[in-house]
Amino acid sequence: MWLCWKNWPLWPVALAVDMLISFFLTLRKYGLKSSITELLDLLKALQQQLIFASMDDFYLLARLCLVKDESQYDKFDRAFAEYFDGVESLDLAALIPEHWLLPGLIRQLSEEDKAKLASLGGLEQLLEQFKQRLKEQQEKHAGGNKWIGTGGSSPFGAYGFHPEGIRVGQQGTGQRRAVKVWDQRDFKDFDQNAELNHRAMQLALRQLRRFARTGQATELDLNGTIKATAQQAGWLDLQFQPERHNAVKVLMFFDIGGSMDDYIHECEQLFAAARTEFKHLEFFYFHNCPYEQVWRTHQRRAADAVSITQLLQTYHSDYKVIFVGDATMGPYEITYPGGSVEHFNPESGEVWLKRLLAHFPNAVWLNPQPQAWWSHYHSIAILQKLMQNQMYGMTLDGLSGAIRNLSKRH
Amino acid sequence: MIFQSTEHYILSPELALAVNAAVTLEKPLLIKGEPGTGKTRLAEELAASLGTDLINWQIKSTSKAQQGLYEYDAVSRLRDGQLGSERVANISNYIKPGKLWTAFTAAKRPVLLIDEIDKADIEFPNDLLHELDRMSFDVYETGERISAQQRPIVVITSNNEKELPDAFLRRCFFHYIRFPDKDTLTQIVLAHFPTLQADLLTAALEVFFDLRAVDALKKKPSTSELLDWLKLLLAEQIAPSVLQDKQHQGGLMPLYGALLKNEQDVALLEKLAFMARRAGR
Repeated sequence: MWLCWKNWPLWPVALAVDMLISFFLTLRKYGLKSSITELLDLLKALQQQLIFASMDDFYLLARLCLVKDESQYDKFDRAFAEYFDGVESLDLAALIPEHWLLPGLIRQLSEEDKAKLASLGGLEQLLEQFKQRLKEQQEKHAGGNKWIGTGGSSPFGAYGFHPEGIRVGQQGTGQRRAVKVWDQRDFKDFDQNAELNHRAMQLALRQLRRFARTGQATELDLNGTIKATAQQAGWLDLQFQPERHNAVKVLMFFDIGGSMDDYIHECEQLFAAARTEFKHLEFFYFHNCPYEQVWRTHQRRAADAVSITQLLQTYHSDYKVIFVGDATMGPYEITYPGGSVEHFNPESGEVWLKRLLAHFPNAVWLNPQPQAWWSHYHSIAILQKLMQNQMYGMTLDGLSGAIRNLSKRH
Repeated sequence: MIFQSTEHYILSPELALAVNAAVTLEKPLLIKGEPGTGKTRLAEELAASLGTDLINWQIKSTSKAQQGLYEYDAVSRLRDGQLGSERVANISNYIKPGKLWTAFTAAKRPVLLIDEIDKADIEFPNDLLHELDRMSFDVYETGERISAQQRPIVVITSNNEKELPDAFLRRCFFHYIRFPDKDTLTQIVLAHFPTLQADLLTAALEVFFDLRAVDALKKKPSTSELLDWLKLLLAEQIAPSVLQDKQHQGGLMPLYGALLKNEQDVALLEKLAFMARRAGR
């Protein structure tokens, strides 16, 4: 206290610092990416006495300094509530919005499971039931005798969820509280989403650049001007050149419908990022595997169909090709004539894909399926081989790898 | 409090705190929010209430960070060289200061508005990091260093078209302008139309909030659209009873063109009204 007394204008701050740091750590715990610089800003703002002993004002000021995106406001609110209202036991099941869960859950299921699920009355009902049981479990936890999925009759343990997914009802882990696993899971999910956001995608796509000067000459060409002026014996002769821009040409083929419905969000992001990044970009759509024709719109109407033969004539082989699809289908859909689930194809998907690849040597396949799962699908292995191992996961690493590969080859 | 609501501009307490913090701590303030919630207006009003200049740097997709600092006009210097002009000896004659330079050297601490920063290239905010942080930059042609006499008040707006880089965000204060609630909106409207009849205002606001509650709309009307619409209602002398008639013009409010900017939204509203009519029968 003696020391503090000496610098008396500082001591309220010193008191506050301790409190603020643990508040800050609570925020980090809730997954907010606030940095130390921002914490210092908040301290500075407090020191300037912008607010006076009002909780509401402190809330606003802290949010102003520490949170930089409105989508993070909710996390901040929850962290704030936890820190200042004491540890409130929140109803986690109610707290997790359904739309986070559903795509995540569906992603974890295989075709077979989905069929099984349908027989149980659909995912919504199952989820409802699950929440119900989660609630019960919280209440009865003290007794420690009722677990989701361990009874053997529960549907929740039976699905073989991904080990990193919603680990409910794992046999033999009776000590783990299911609520906590929920908690971990949704933040993880959130972070992964954040990693591959629009900006990250755009930056990755950016590596695919071939600068060229085309179009109207608006920029002063300094070297050209010096040369021309010298030739004119010192009489100024201005030379102009077109501005430099990305001249890389890209064709993108999107698989849509069926199993790809789970990845709509990822595909939309990729679509948007690609659209803003490339000037020469064409989109086509297919279902499961490209056959003799692809479509210009995602409705895939007959009028929008473009035959591959025509496509090969239209686009020069310097176009780079990106396929986006989960490559999850019956192997016969690729290898046999007539294997398509939609129509009778006289020649197999394999033949058409080989034709495409022969014409466009620069091609990669982006697969939104988690990479750890690839080995379970025979069709992925076939396509991987057809693509000469140029199949990449739709993660930040995968995308960067794919783009690096595309830009390496000419 | 440095900045408060004025006669014509209603400021929420949250936003007031944000602005005052940014002014006091000399940090850029990043403002996001739905289009039409008064982001650009804020900078104008702030400059007016402080009695200082507003320097408006409107960002376009072709804007470069360098343009905000200065531009070197090599072409006119070459021309002058040919004509044997006196000016050519001094390179600084050909350096044109940009908005940031102007803001740094202004006599009185100005408000610098960097409007719609998300329109620019994805690297644009990163290129401005150092300049906004240190408030100084070098002019390579003359070797001169331009530093701010006093740090300008920087207001940056974004419509969320692109995500901004983290390093940039860390240097700003961030505030998201929420859509005003009914009370605040009433205040805002009264600030613009002091003589508006109470019943017309109530009826209009009711129609407006009902419209905003329609989730499927492509573009929800915002404050600026409401103000335009009220202006039209007054000019056309529409009675409050017309507004309350839910089936007017097949379910569309009078002068709907001011509120709905998308023909799909108009069609949607007609369809909803049609369904309401059928259900009522």
